[in-house]
Amino acid sequence: MKKAEVKFVNITKKFNETVAVDNVSCSFEAGTLTTLLGPSGCGKTTSLRIIAGLERATEGKILIDNEDVTILPATDRDVSMVFQSYALFPHMSVIENVSYGLKMIKEKKEEYTEKSIETLKLVNLEGYENRMPSELSGGQQQRVAVARAIVLKPKVLLFDEPLSNLDAKLRRQVREDIREIQQKLGVTTIYVTHDQEEALAISDKVIVMNNAVISQQGNPKDLYSNPKNKFVANFIGDANVMNAKIDNKEGDSYKISLAEMKVNISTNENLSENIPVAIRPEKIKINKNKIENCIYSKVTNASFVGSNYQYIVSSKIGKIYIVSNDMENVYSVNDEVFLSFDDKEVKILNN
Amino acid sequence: MRGLVVCWVLIGGLGFFIFPWYVTGDGFFSINWILEYSLEDYGSALPQVFINKKYWLLPLFIPLFFPLITLRLNQSSQLYSKIFLYSGLVGFFYFFLQGFSIGIRGWNFEIFQSIFGDVENQFGVGSGAVLTCCTFIFYITHGLASRGWLNGDNFIVGSIGSIIILVSTFVFFPIFRMFAVAFKGTEGGYEISNFSSKIFNKGIWGLDCLYSDYACGVFWNTVTMGTLTAFSSTVLGLAFALLIARTSFKFKKTIRILSVLPIITPPFVIGLAIIILFGRTGAVSTFLEWAFNIEPSRWIYGLPGIWFAQTLAFTPIAFLVLIGVVESVSPSMEEASQTLRASKWQVFKTVTLPLMRPGIANAFLLGFIESLADFGNPLVLGAEYDVLSTEIFFAIVGAQYDETRAAILAMVLLAVILVIFYLQNQWLGKKSYISISGKGDSGVHPEIPKTTKWIIYSTVLPWALMTFIIYIMIMFGGFVEMWGIDHSFTLRHYIEAFSIDWVKDRGILWTGTAWNSFNVTFMIAIISAVPTAAIGILTAYLLTRHKFRGKNAFEFGTMLSFAIPGSVIGVSYVFAFNVPPLEMTGTGIILVIAFVFRNMPVGVRAGIASMNQLDPHLDEASSTLNASSSQTFRNIILPLLKPAITASLVFSFVRAMTAISAVIFLVSANYDLATSYILGRLENNDYGLAIVYSSVLIVVMLITILIMQLLIGQRKLGRRDQNAAILQGNLG
Repeated sequence: MKKAEVKFVNITKKFNETVAVDNVSCSFEAGTLTTLLGPSGCGKTTSLRIIAGLERATEGKILIDNEDVTILPATDRDVSMVFQSYALFPHMSVIENVSYGLKMIKEKKEEYTEKSIETLKLVNLEGYENRMPSELSGGQQQRVAVARAIVLKPKVLLFDEPLSNLDAKLRRQVREDIREIQQKLGVTTIYVTHDQEEALAISDKVIVMNNAVISQQGNPKDLYSNPKNKFVANFIGDANVMNAKIDNKEGDSYKISLAEMKVNISTNENLSENIPVAIRPEKIKINKNKIENCIYSKVTNASFVGSNYQYIVSSKIGKIYIVSNDMENVYSVNDEVFLSFDDKEVKILNN
Repeated sequence: MRGLVVCWVLIGGLGFFIFPWYVTGDGFFSINWILEYSLEDYGSALPQVFINKKYWLLPLFIPLFFPLITLRLNQSSQLYSKIFLYSGLVGFFYFFLQGFSIGIRGWNFEIFQSIFGDVENQFGVGSGAVLTCCTFIFYITHGLASRGWLNGDNFIVGSIGSIIILVSTFVFFPIFRMFAVAFKGTEGGYEISNFSSKIFNKGIWGLDCLYSDYACGVFWNTVTMGTLTAFSSTVLGLAFALLIARTSFKFKKTIRILSVLPIITPPFVIGLAIIILFGRTGAVSTFLEWAFNIEPSRWIYGLPGIWFAQTLAFTPIAFLVLIGVVESVSPSMEEASQTLRASKWQVFKTVTLPLMRPGIANAFLLGFIESLADFGNPLVLGAEYDVLSTEIFFAIVGAQYDETRAAILAMVLLAVILVIFYLQNQWLGKKSYISISGKGDSGVHPEIPKTTKWIIYSTVLPWALMTFIIYIMIMFGGFVEMWGIDHSFTLRHYIEAFSIDWVKDRGILWTGTAWNSFNVTFMIAIISAVPTAAIGILTAYLLTRHKFRGKNAFEFGTMLSFAIPGSVIGVSYVFAFNVPPLEMTGTGIILVIAFVFRNMPVGVRAGIASMNQLDPHLDEASSTLNASSSQTFRNIILPLLKPAITASLVFSFVRAMTAISAVIFLVSANYDLATSYILGRLENNDYGLAIVYSSVLIVVMLITILIMQLLIGQRKLGRRDQNAAILQGNLG
């Protein structure tokens, strides 16, 4: 399969007065799976549709394989898309759906039939050729949609929230299938979702969007452990965002305080007096007894969710959310607890 | 793309060099010119220039063939699109200009005469001229598409362009001509005084009937009729709707069928039935005379008769509007009201009725519009009671032959109806209480209160019985000598109308007097159904799936003809297409065109309703799979819109079979239609034949509808038909 890089150069998309995508530049590396992640209305689907050629950018350029395709309509782009609703043609059988694109480029009947059957095999739908879409389950319909997209061997494969119509159990399975097919074919893939877990699980790179701009991009691990701003910290993995006070500065290292706790951090950025920091809920340790350098707090909410306990505690710097795997020491509402964490778990966010 | 351009240049070339430029006596589609070719009579543009001295056609050559130089140009260059755009515009406007300035007696405007001197005359455009004009339109749209309009999609830009040209030619241009006629002076030229004396006229606005024995102006007559009919049909329609939706009445299905029947009923049938029941020699009148010695009178002729007939005719329409409204009131609101201690009557009065109020207003306005546009009933039953739609007709076909008066009356009627439509859109559009939500609503509608139920029964059932009697009479009335007088069995009327003889050596002879008009009607109804559906669906696709500047104006233009009453269309077509450049009166084409543009809005509406239920992702998926927009339209949209297509085919067929108001102006000896033939029989008091013909029409329409539905088939969406329910188009 062809590998192509997709590039956004200062793309802006306006619908009348509303700006859906605001001067976005980024690249989707050849042969990798990149996820556009963000809440609804952040511009991720619009960006995807711009790549597909279903929307035309108001300003800026889009390059596929270093070729400027900005004004090329969808029909003439070497891009395939899997739609949220699958958009299977209800009046055509599975095989007719899959071979539709090949028919449009006037391939011979034997060739397109053979290619379609091969592709159906790839998505494990052998023997379903003559079914109608309405006779398939949601997961099977989804696989037909994928087959229909990849049979054309496109340069770029797009997924628009492909799992949102599946039930929770099936979702994990299907997302693994998608990743496997992508790896097998090595096709440049762009995947839109609002589910952060899904994004982290399958992507080579995640681009987090918010309010029509890119909030942060990077590989999943990096995004999770080093959020750069409040939005990413909150959106991925529910981090606690707190305001820290700077006590002391020596070169690159700062002494800051979070409620009663003193923390040493180092950064080459110049920090002002108060800074937002993020701490992951599972990185916070709950102590029954008071220890040195900790945050005093009181449990306001405790819930058992099966694999762990989740607490909300209140402290001087507000409510803190904690995930605890400690099944021995369980706390209940109104218990006094003392929180501690490693200095390196405190992540400095941009203001 | 080059292939497309070459193809269109060839079409234009055919039009310019080969096909007859002017319409000939044989008709537009006649192929006589091939068989008996002669340059003088059947010449294309070029021979017309040199042999018949129509020198002004020569310049068309340049814009028609100039674009050939683009074959050497880069298609994405600015110059390429400019050459097409300007060649097309220049060619089209020159074509337009010469067509309108030179008519059947040479120059149409004296000013040109004085500048250019005398010219030869010219006739209406023929097939050659139309082909050439189509090529110019292609140049314009291709030029715009290559400038990047609508993503440079030729199919879409071309479709929009073609529809704009068609609608302007066959909807706006006739109306414009009609306005021009209204201002025409008595001795040619245009003057305002003649117009004002005819429009501010006692005959239209007079209120004499309030204080004297004289009749009121035709405007007040019309409004009175409209109000009465709208009121009664709304009340009855609501009663029917409540009966079906909110009671446990046993014969709901029968009532439902009965109430939809009048839609396939030819226009005079109800009037006719009323005459043979209540006329001077009518069945009821004779019975009353025999039983109670009541002197038969002509009371049925005039407002009472029209009101009665229109109420019978339009109650089903009000019913169809109101059943939707009654059913869409969410039961959970009524249940909420019940749990708040409201009695049945209180629920009905405080929740159900108020929620239906906009729907009721809608049905009322619709009834008013239908009544004003109605032509058949006032014509048959009106007698001395003049209304606008028939006055227009009499002004132009009667002894008075007054074009200006016809145009002015048509303007008044058009204005009244447009105002009502405007009110309906502005006022009701924003005030819909439809309370269906996406959530499943499992509640049950409460039964309506007892007293209301009995009121409904006592109005609806006699009325249903009445409708039933009327249809029985129409179906069997043709088998008796003469209704009300001589009830002996006879096949005389059938033989007179539809007899077929077998003569040796000459084969079948269609000797019945009705065959001619019947065949013409049937053919024209079939022929016009296809373009009606095609244009309607294409327009719906453009409106729902594409964004372009001026889309609202485009939508308004395509929907406008729905609001124009038939008699206004008819009279404006007479004014517009009696003279070159578009000379079509007396042909079958004008009937087809009248039907197509009158019925198109319904096709558009049906198309939009079904398009809105098709996931737009389907077309997007198709276009990401390399299909062009025309391929998507053909492979995805059309197959999925089959129900909507059936609906518009059937609808436009039925409307064409039963239309009278527009076509009564346009029929000719060669192209007589069933309805105007029936009207002629009625005027001669030949009721037997009229009844026979009407009943045959009803049966034929039923059969055709069934066959059409079978032919076009159902979409195959698998055995489990879950999607079909979602996709199911609105047949209204």
